[in-house]
Amino acid sequence: MPLAAELPPGLELDSGNTAWVLMAAALVLFMTPGLAFFYGGMVRSKNLLGMLMQNFFAMGLLGVLWVLVAFSLAFGAFGDGGFIGNLDFVGFKDVVTSTVTLGDPDGLFLSLSIPFVLFAAYQMTFAIITPALITGSTADRLKFSAYVVFIAVWLVLVYAPVAHWVFAGGWLAERGSFDFAGGAVVHINAGAAGLALALLLGRRKGWPETPMPPHSLPLTLLGTGMLWFGWAGFNAGSALAADGIAAQALFNTFIAASAAMLGWLLVERIKDGHATTLGAASGAVAGLVAITPCAGFVGGLSPIIIGFVAGALCFLALGIKRRFKFDDSLDVVAVHLVGGLFGSIALGLFAEDAINPAIPDGMLLGGGSDLFVEQVIAAVAVLAFSLVMSLAIGKVIDLVIGLRVSDEDETVGLDLSQHAEQAYNVG
Amino acid sequence: MRLITAIVKPFKLEDVKDALKEAGATGMTITEVKGFGRQGGHTELYRGAEYTIDFLPKVRMEVLADTADVDRIVDVIVNAARTGKIGDGKVWVTSVERVVRIRTGELDDDAI
Repeated sequence: MPLAAELPPGLELDSGNTAWVLMAAALVLFMTPGLAFFYGGMVRSKNLLGMLMQNFFAMGLLGVLWVLVAFSLAFGAFGDGGFIGNLDFVGFKDVVTSTVTLGDPDGLFLSLSIPFVLFAAYQMTFAIITPALITGSTADRLKFSAYVVFIAVWLVLVYAPVAHWVFAGGWLAERGSFDFAGGAVVHINAGAAGLALALLLGRRKGWPETPMPPHSLPLTLLGTGMLWFGWAGFNAGSALAADGIAAQALFNTFIAASAAMLGWLLVERIKDGHATTLGAASGAVAGLVAITPCAGFVGGLSPIIIGFVAGALCFLALGIKRRFKFDDSLDVVAVHLVGGLFGSIALGLFAEDAINPAIPDGMLLGGGSDLFVEQVIAAVAVLAFSLVMSLAIGKVIDLVIGLRVSDEDETVGLDLSQHAEQAYNVG
Repeated sequence: MRLITAIVKPFKLEDVKDALKEAGATGMTITEVKGFGRQGGHTELYRGAEYTIDFLPKVRMEVLADTADVDRIVDVIVNAARTGKIGDGKVWVTSVERVVRIRTGELDDDAI
């Protein structure tokens, strides 16, 4: 790929675009602490620090690994239609402060108007939050050491390839599927990994007979607010420019979350008799997940429809774990896997060429079924790859160091047993 | 000497305390406790999962009293704590063999 010295004429750093993506990177990074509190409020108080630590630790470990190797494996060999990047950018070699073009000018091509190093930093924030999303399904029983090894290996062997397939002109992008900000790369990917680990770990002691109510819904609502706020950077930042597409993505993101809250609460109220605060929070997040792949590709009332259906659908998907008796503790499958699948596939219906000339019209706008089929293929491919790889990685870790804490440690709680601290010391 | 123990609704604690002070009680000890009686528990709802919570929060109060004052104090507690709805709690009285005021070493009735 051409570097700064051999740039085509006219490729210049745009200060407006750069300013927005600088801000967006900070917004996305802020989502990981938000996720920590979103999940942290839902666990029992003896496991709060365990949950917060897993999420905060992702910001430590995965940031460093991103620079060392993962960014290169994801975004090297851009536009090759392949399965994984290369080692061109290992250790951030040639990741420069000027703009670059990536890929083949005759094929899949990315022409940055922001510093290449900013693009790498922005993508890093996605690489941090995606493995962190998995912690919701493993809550209260995953050993910290096993978690550290899992997310490190998973970043390199699962996240980096999938990001390459979709975001870096790999085989799924070349086939003609689209994912604006990570419906497949982030949510289907993390959701499938969460399912894999929940299956390998087994149920928490006492689940489902013993009630394990959230210890602090205020923390969960605080986290929801942080996620909602940060998602502006996640989706609108993915335009990599401060332009009309970014504005459309921002609007779609906010309105889909609003509509999804309504969808979730309506079904919850009809089915269970109450509209709950946890339902409001969960519904909003489900909408944010579902609009992620569509954010810069749809317009009009589409975000309201996508959000509303996602809210109702994800609420109903809560029944999956009860039906099949696996302990996806904080519903990563129902919210992220189902929400991500729905959003990715819905893009094949609602995509609008007039909003974003990069994408053809979806089926509901008369665009035929090609895009829809590609969206289904991409969703299933990412789901299958992540599920199989996560099962394999998790199984090896289980055999070597064990995934699960001892019975005694689980009873004492992760805070004391894994970190020798307590979240709440009274007096 | 008697120990009067009462289990009351937490929101009635202030009323009972004020009534006891007015009636001349010189001290009391309270504990936040959980339990169930005829009122039973309640249900909570989290993402479609309904949990039955058997134990409800209550306040346990303990008052030491001269035997002669016991009936009056029990009446004060019962009147102040009553709402007439299920779950108002109970009061019971037990005999106490020995009481010592730690600061002075006074014994029994002098120590109350």
